[in-house]
Amino acid sequence: MIRCEGLTREYQSGGQPLIVLKNITLAVEAGAFLAIVGPSGSGKTTLLGLLAGLDRPSSGQVTLDGVRLDSLTEDGRARLRGERVGFVFQSFQLVPTLTALENVLVPLELLGRSDEPRARQLLGSVGLAGREQHYPAQLSGGEQQRVALARAFINTPRILFADEPTGNLDAATGATIIALMRELNEAHGTTLVLVTHDQDLARQARRIVHLADGVIVSDSAA
Amino acid sequence: MMFSFVLRMARRDTRAGWRRLFLLAGGVTAGVAALVAINGFTANLRDSIASQARQLLGADLSFESRSPLPDQARAALDSIGGTESAVTSFSAMAYTGGSETARLTQMSAVTGGWPFYGTIETSPAGAWGQLQSGRHVIVDPSLLTSLGVRLGDSITVGETRLRVIGTIAAVPGDVGVRNAFGPRAFMRGADLDATGLLGFGARAEHAVFVRLPPGADAQSIAETWRPRLRDLRVRIHTVADDQVRLDNALTRLGNFLALVALVALLLGGLGVASAVHVHIKGKLQSVAMLRCLGATSGQMVGVYLVQAGLLALGGSIAGAAIGLLVQKALPALLGDFVPVDVVFHPSWAAAAVGTVMGLWVAVVFALLPLLEVRRVPPLAALRQDASAGSGGRDWWRIGTLAALGLTIILLSTWQSRSVRTGIIFALAVLVVLAMLRIAAALLMRLARALAPALPFSARQGILNLRRPSNQTSTVILAIGFGAFLLATVLLVQHTLLRTLDVSSPSSANANMVFFDIQPSQLAGTDSMLRSAGIVASPSVAIVPMRIASVRGIPVSTLQADTLRDGRWALRREYRSTWRDTMVASEKLVAGRWWSAPAGDTARISVEQDVAGELGVSVGDGIVWNVQGTLIPTVVASIRSVDWTRFEPNFFVVFQPGVLEAAPHTWVTLARIPAAESRGLLSRRIAERYPNVTSLDLTLIQGAITSLLGKVTLAIRFMALFSLLTGLVVLVGAIATSRFQRVREAALLRTLGASRHQLVTVALTEYAALGIVAGAAALLLGGFAAWSLSHWIFQVAFSVPVGSAVMLVMATVVVTMLVGLWTALDVARQTPLEVLRGMLE
Repeated sequence: MIRCEGLTREYQSGGQPLIVLKNITLAVEAGAFLAIVGPSGSGKTTLLGLLAGLDRPSSGQVTLDGVRLDSLTEDGRARLRGERVGFVFQSFQLVPTLTALENVLVPLELLGRSDEPRARQLLGSVGLAGREQHYPAQLSGGEQQRVALARAFINTPRILFADEPTGNLDAATGATIIALMRELNEAHGTTLVLVTHDQDLARQARRIVHLADGVIVSDSAA
Repeated sequence: MMFSFVLRMARRDTRAGWRRLFLLAGGVTAGVAALVAINGFTANLRDSIASQARQLLGADLSFESRSPLPDQARAALDSIGGTESAVTSFSAMAYTGGSETARLTQMSAVTGGWPFYGTIETSPAGAWGQLQSGRHVIVDPSLLTSLGVRLGDSITVGETRLRVIGTIAAVPGDVGVRNAFGPRAFMRGADLDATGLLGFGARAEHAVFVRLPPGADAQSIAETWRPRLRDLRVRIHTVADDQVRLDNALTRLGNFLALVALVALLLGGLGVASAVHVHIKGKLQSVAMLRCLGATSGQMVGVYLVQAGLLALGGSIAGAAIGLLVQKALPALLGDFVPVDVVFHPSWAAAAVGTVMGLWVAVVFALLPLLEVRRVPPLAALRQDASAGSGGRDWWRIGTLAALGLTIILLSTWQSRSVRTGIIFALAVLVVLAMLRIAAALLMRLARALAPALPFSARQGILNLRRPSNQTSTVILAIGFGAFLLATVLLVQHTLLRTLDVSSPSSANANMVFFDIQPSQLAGTDSMLRSAGIVASPSVAIVPMRIASVRGIPVSTLQADTLRDGRWALRREYRSTWRDTMVASEKLVAGRWWSAPAGDTARISVEQDVAGELGVSVGDGIVWNVQGTLIPTVVASIRSVDWTRFEPNFFVVFQPGVLEAAPHTWVTLARIPAAESRGLLSRRIAERYPNVTSLDLTLIQGAITSLLGKVTLAIRFMALFSLLTGLVVLVGAIATSRFQRVREAALLRTLGASRHQLVTVALTEYAALGIVAGAAALLLGGFAAWSLSHWIFQVAFSVPVGSAVMLVMATVVVTMLVGLWTALDVARQTPLEVLRGMLE
């Protein structure tokens, strides 16, 4: 489902090249639940960004669901994400000017479609039935992240990327979110890639990749 | 592109933040209103001219000449048929037996049934019908007041007495400002000879108005006779000609005012750009996230462009509606300049064009900040520090900048109907904006240097000028431009009026002119002045003459060359004099002034502009026709003349010893401080020498002052829209940063700041903005006014220090008031309310 080979990412920092990722090679099969863990600054988020096509590697290449990302334009990658990829972010990233329901519908609308009953059903499945017309500011952090989850699944993505999805939530709410993600992973066969520095959370995955200083230090089943 | 997505997102985003976005829309409203008002007014004016054109002339056709119509013109009139009416116009002194003054009056002697179209309204009604039934006169009400006479009394004009039977209420085709230069009076043509005023040297306009028989075509008659009568200096007017000329002149006035209005719209565009910039800054996270979810950069730009477009459309439509209302008020402001009754009807075309212009300006100005949206990387949803990829030359940005420049040029060309004016105007606007931008940059730099030395509240205020996403530049640009326009108008008006000042006690300029003095009356006039204790400057002789040939080529040959410039210089009647010295208002530009007595060929000195028009230089020959006698001359020198001085200045000065024998009249200038003495003297001279005209320059000065006041009022009115836009932009700038301000204020409150301190912070910030905007506006306005004074009006520039300081202070006060309003609003909230709001 996801393959990367020799992935390296350099940034210029104060005139000095800063290598954030070094020569990462990784394959993730369909339906997997992978956790990428490591301390702050180990390159977790950079790797996620590269795998999802949000950024371009300095060298190496990524194949996402059979499509080589370097063969696509910026808009081509956007379209690929719209059709096959879902996202959950640490800071929820809901559009503050849209209601919960409208937020969930955005990925479909970007594809020129709409499916309100399904959006309502998804909101119901994350426990937000009756809150459809609320704006993000009227929802708690946990509720906002649940809207984000519903949004992530609206276009039945083949891959879901989650970046510290519980980072801004208390422990109990965080556990609920992860449980929901697992449920959805199992129900839809979605490939799940989770970035976290929380070891307890990572143990819920079926495979854990440890990053430190931009290289994979271990890759094991949980 | 999924356009439905773009539309839906735009609509939803607007729904949530419409209060703040309202100001984005409002930016263009004032500009569109100003444009719709002035363009609608111009359209009304044109329609009114078209429908009232025949009344303007009062006839189908007219023959006009400076001298009684020659036989050929009479023959032409006879061949045309139709009904004739003659009107002879001239200036004369009017006074009464008991009055202590005499008033220069614009007399019209009417024979026949003019006006054939339209009516002259009088008080009492119907007086016009009585004009021909006796030695009657109908006068402007102002003449009655200044001479202290009533209806039924008689006034003396020349050597005859006329009974006042009514006053003029309205004359078709008359411009309100016309009688500022002397009241008008209508008498019958039959009494003209009895006045004895049309002797040698008198200036009169002889017109014959014709109502054509049915089926005759005025235009073809005019075209037939014009070439034949041109050499005899008979001008033929038709309704259509007058309409075209009037249309052109008034459209030019309208176009000029529209350019001033355009400034308001462009400033509004600037406001839109700044509002969009701030709006977008708050949306970057959402944009990055939507990009993660698969939105293309084109779609994202589209969302906000559609949003800005829809809002601007709303703002433009509102502006057009306001414009139509203002349009209704404009005739009151500009009516004195136009010879027709402007009939108001809403100009939908102007409203539509204004709306489209508002929309276009808003969209082009919004596009520049919106292009930033394309550069938001989806990665920014994951990490705040993700930077936009830098990708070489950004053609979109270059294209947008080009479109912006082109828009300004196109709109100003469209409004001025001239590519050259359009480009010059656009460049001037850009230069002023650039200078104001520099002033803003200096202020921000100064803020950093100044802040550490200030006490807490003032320091916070000054530092606010440099806060992230501050709008210092936008506010200074918007407020500064409006103030710049007002400053320029103020300074030019002051400079022009000061040049004309003959009334102040310190002024040494003459304030009284006596002209048309016959040689036999010169000694008498002098002794009258002397016995009144007045020292007059030496009298100046005036000899009317025309050009017969230039460098051996007859004028008729030169005039036939239609490509040649300066045909007016060949055609005009010159009023020349002779002198052996130059006067203070003259400077020698080329050649030498004469010292030796006149030889075989008389030497002359020609004013430099006329020399240019005639294409002559030192050594060239000109032959003059002086009352039928040909006098050959050679150009001995070229002079520059300062025409702005109230002195007898001449295009052509002859060497003494040539013209003395030619028929001539004299002009005498005097300075007479007391107004009563001026009145009494003109009254006495009018009685003794009816043909001598006395001109009280203080009255003329008053007329010019009031005329200039009306012109500048109209310009100021239009400039006010720019200032209004500036205020909307200022309010918008404050509103967009309100959230940030409220949060800061809450924090300061939590830490113990008093309400007084919060208000001081805000007032310091806005005082600084106002001072810099006002001062920069004054400096730029000063430069613009100096340029206009120096190059266009060619007068000495001067600054009214008091008014200039007032203008800057008014700018500061208005800016501070707006600031105070926000400060109070911010200070009203309790810290807890705000902090709780932050956590949500």
